[in-house]
Amino acid sequence: MPNLEHPAYPAADLLQLESLVPCRESQVSMLLSIFGERQQFSFPSIFIYGHTSSGKTYVMQTLLTTLQLPHVFVNCVEYFTSRLLLEEILIQLQSSSSDTEQTCPVHCDTLNDFVRLFKQAVASQELQDQTLYIVLDRAEQLREMEANILPAFLRLQELTDRNVTVVLLSEIVWELFRPNVGCFEPFTMYFPDYSIGHLQKILSQNHPPEYSADFYSAYINILLGVFYMVCRDLKELRHLAALNFAKYCEPVVRGEANERDTRKLWKNIEPHLKKAMQTVYLREISSSQWERLQHDGGEPGQLKGLSAHTHVELPYYSKFLLIAAYLASYNPVRTDKRFFLKHHGKIRKTNFMKKHEKTSNHLLGPKPFPLDRLLAILYSIVDNRVAPTANIFSQITSLVTLQLLSMVGQNDQLDGPRYKCTVSLDFIRAIAR
Amino acid sequence: GCFVFKPSTKKRRLSEKTAHDFRSRSDDSEDTELRFVTCQSLWNQIKSETEQIQEDLNKQLLDNLVNFLSRSHSEFQEKTTEWTCRMKFREIPTAAIVLGVNVTDHDLTFRGLSDVLQDNITPYIALLEAKDCPGIKNLMQKLVGQLMNCDIEVDSLEDEDCVQVSQNRIRCSMSSLISWYESVTKKTDSETPSKKRNSSSRHWPSPPVVVIFKDMESFTTKVLQDFIVISSQHIHELPLVLIFGIATSPMIIHRLLPHSVSSLLCIELFQSISCKEHLSTIVDKLLLTSRFPFKLGEKVLQVLINIFLYHDFSVQNFIKGFQLCIVEHFYSQPLSVLCCQLVDVKKRVYSLSNDQCENIRRLPSFRRYVEKQESGKQIELLTNDSFLKEETEKLLEDLRVYHENYVSILRCLHVFTSSLPKYPLGKQIRELHCACLESRVWETEEYESSLQLARMLNKTDLVTMLQQCVEILMSSSGKEFDKTVEKLKEFLTQFQNLEEASQDRDGSVSSQKELQKKTDLYHLQKTLLELKESRRSKKLTKFEMLRFEVVDYIDSLVRKYLVPADDRTLHEIVYFNAATVLRGHLNAAPRTALHTALNNPHWYLKNRALKCDGGGISNKAPDICIVYKLHLECGRLINLVDWLEAFSTVVMAAEEHNADAASSDQVDDIIHARFIRAVSELELLGFIKPSKQKTDHVARLTWGGC
Repeated sequence: MPNLEHPAYPAADLLQLESLVPCRESQVSMLLSIFGERQQFSFPSIFIYGHTSSGKTYVMQTLLTTLQLPHVFVNCVEYFTSRLLLEEILIQLQSSSSDTEQTCPVHCDTLNDFVRLFKQAVASQELQDQTLYIVLDRAEQLREMEANILPAFLRLQELTDRNVTVVLLSEIVWELFRPNVGCFEPFTMYFPDYSIGHLQKILSQNHPPEYSADFYSAYINILLGVFYMVCRDLKELRHLAALNFAKYCEPVVRGEANERDTRKLWKNIEPHLKKAMQTVYLREISSSQWERLQHDGGEPGQLKGLSAHTHVELPYYSKFLLIAAYLASYNPVRTDKRFFLKHHGKIRKTNFMKKHEKTSNHLLGPKPFPLDRLLAILYSIVDNRVAPTANIFSQITSLVTLQLLSMVGQNDQLDGPRYKCTVSLDFIRAIAR
Repeated sequence: GCFVFKPSTKKRRLSEKTAHDFRSRSDDSEDTELRFVTCQSLWNQIKSETEQIQEDLNKQLLDNLVNFLSRSHSEFQEKTTEWTCRMKFREIPTAAIVLGVNVTDHDLTFRGLSDVLQDNITPYIALLEAKDCPGIKNLMQKLVGQLMNCDIEVDSLEDEDCVQVSQNRIRCSMSSLISWYESVTKKTDSETPSKKRNSSSRHWPSPPVVVIFKDMESFTTKVLQDFIVISSQHIHELPLVLIFGIATSPMIIHRLLPHSVSSLLCIELFQSISCKEHLSTIVDKLLLTSRFPFKLGEKVLQVLINIFLYHDFSVQNFIKGFQLCIVEHFYSQPLSVLCCQLVDVKKRVYSLSNDQCENIRRLPSFRRYVEKQESGKQIELLTNDSFLKEETEKLLEDLRVYHENYVSILRCLHVFTSSLPKYPLGKQIRELHCACLESRVWETEEYESSLQLARMLNKTDLVTMLQQCVEILMSSSGKEFDKTVEKLKEFLTQFQNLEEASQDRDGSVSSQKELQKKTDLYHLQKTLLELKESRRSKKLTKFEMLRFEVVDYIDSLVRKYLVPADDRTLHEIVYFNAATVLRGHLNAAPRTALHTALNNPHWYLKNRALKCDGGGISNKAPDICIVYKLHLECGRLINLVDWLEAFSTVVMAAEEHNADAASSDQVDDIIHARFIRAVSELELLGFIKPSKQKTDHVARLTWGGC
């Protein structure tokens, strides 16, 4: 029984569409009813949001291509300036319509030009009677372009006086988009996350040809059992499934178990998947390395992940500079005298141990300190005399470029630059050894 | 106005102009022309040598990378139809190279890398630096520019017109890059065999596009993220490979990129060789060799190594410093003309001018030498030029032989000292080298303790060390070592014999066994004590005797050959020892210099009148000096009016006798103007800045001084 019904489109197309977008039937039928028939004017702008990999892009794309609706699909991250974005839309329009290649480059700097050129482009085609869909993926980028871009796209139908619908796809809610000055409110639509059942269904759908669907779906079941807690990203899960499937099949290939022997297979794969969660999933080791490991049958322990290489070798004075910076960042200024001076006065204990002191400074994060304080601490922690040579100063700068220190406030270098130490206590401990 | 300390011409460019410079300073009787030529040829030799060394050192890394790159996209090209490949998410292959904090050396590595890649993998390489890419737009512009330009280089004649369409109006987007890539690869495919260049034949039909991020740390997160997201969408059309140059640790990748982005990458880690190892190789190949006549003195070497270890870890800077030493040596030492290859020495010695002979006689080491000779020879040496030349040649030859032997014996000694616990003479050979150059090494405490330790080495270690020494001495070119080698070999055979002899005598073994039997603590203690007693009273075993003999022999070798270079006659000719000059050039102290200049102008101006008597402020000093000294006495905030008054008092001090006019409170306009100028100069130098707290005050930006 087909879920999707629409008088305007042939039933065969709808059936195919339904098989392509599992678990998104309700959203698709909703969209179809908004779109209406081909020649009908649709809602001027539709805003679709939902979490990462909830199928927004995929559903839109399959919907438009299967039903052969005229459309333009643009990713706003890729076309990062308004000029690039507008030109790309026009180029796609041209190339989709005309059979002869129009190579003349389009120049479109402003929205005004765009509207004019857009009208031309649409007029030249045979789609006056059809709704044209402009899909803007990753629409949150639009907010960073000129202020007029977003409102204009929202009411493009009105501006161009053509049958066009703009669809915005984003991961964040519409409330974060809405400009201060009033604008046209788009029709908003939410794509909920896939549930575990959905994921199971979608992932099991394309099983490898050599194995039965049941066998693969049992594998997916195990995979989801391990990974569902940490990862609901469909793409990532599919990737992980492909990576580890060979290992799952191993007992079957060797003839130690048959395809029905779920328990045995589970025992074989479960620790392997757990290990994968700690390594490949976090990109500690790359997937190709992981595959090679599997192939050679080696232990993943041999390969050190990215985080294993934490040690940084630094020149002698750089080490001390970094330590001094750390001390300056996490110690209050008042205590400097006590810690770094040989003959400091006695400190009244009651005064010193104030209540708020007890919250650890590490929880508060590093505080900025002036250059002079850094140097003063440096002089007191280095045993022998340090000459303030150019090399010392250049080391501070290079520590900043290495992102071990960071400069606070971008003001002039001359009036006392201030720094922050950005490394952790563990790092400092490793250095100080 | 102000006189900022400027280190004198830091790196003289070796060009025609400097040849002239060499000459103009001193008269031509000191062979300046020849010195310059020698210097240049020597440096060229050394330069090519260092480049060779670096190439060898990086070979491993580069091979690995080439391997990685050739693997990266081939997998996809081969089996695109397979199920796993269809299902797998296509990640961007990424190589993360950990290069160490010596950022200045990275350039060379990257240059080598891109050369190798160009030869083996792909002509399409883009090198990106963080400072060029503050935004994604700039990054794309740079990328597109570099890639398309490299295309022009490859075939410059054919498609000039197509590139010239509009360089500046090229749409810097991924789609244009993709269309470019398609056109380029198609062209190489359809290329007729006759037109085939060897450069393209070595690449595959669709070579990957390599994008190198030189300094990963400095890129902003957003730029990287955007770029990776964009390129991962087009990885099917454009086979990109990213290379991250990382200076700190690979953790930075996780810090810069969130999981959603880093999951688009397939990161493999590569590690370049550590800079300390690099330095050791350089020192080994450049300094501890007899190939180059030029040598570094102890202090100079120490300065260079200290800068390396304490400040920058940069091998490149070390070599630059070495170059500076060479230039400085040939520039300042007239006799350095004799610091040349062996074949030229004789000719050059005999063509020395009269002045140069006098220069030789003035050398301290030569004078010491003369004093040791008998009186007749003394007079000959001091008066007869040709006799002096003969003698010089002989001495130079001695010096050369000395150095050859020195190096071999140093290596032998290093074999011993590098395996001792706690390394009393240092772990690296360069430390040992410094110690030997500095003074008579056998007089130092460290040497004594290392001999003590050497006397406790076990047999297997000792034998392997001796074998190593034999190898070193055999390979050295010195002729004197035949006897030494024989002697060492004799020791080795003696050890061999000892082993055979000891097999039938196993008294000690039995006691060991006894020891193992006893489990009771009291008895164990007792036996141990007994054992100790017996050992003390026992005469030295044969092995121990032999060991003493070996160590004594090594000691005698050290005393004979590892004499510090300063003791050798004519060492000034080949050893560069002006450490203070070098330190001034390489490790400048601007703050100190500025303070000296302002506090004690006499130091730089050399004006007698400025000579300072203690802490007083002379009114003849430049205004800025007076203002500076006065400001040292103030606190954090300085009242301008008080300062001006103090200034005028100091300036007027000399003219006190006709101070009728000055008695009025009004400060002279000229003095006022001078004061304002001096203060603004101080502000320019960064000592003070206007304060927002009080309008008529300025804030001090420096501390100390008072």
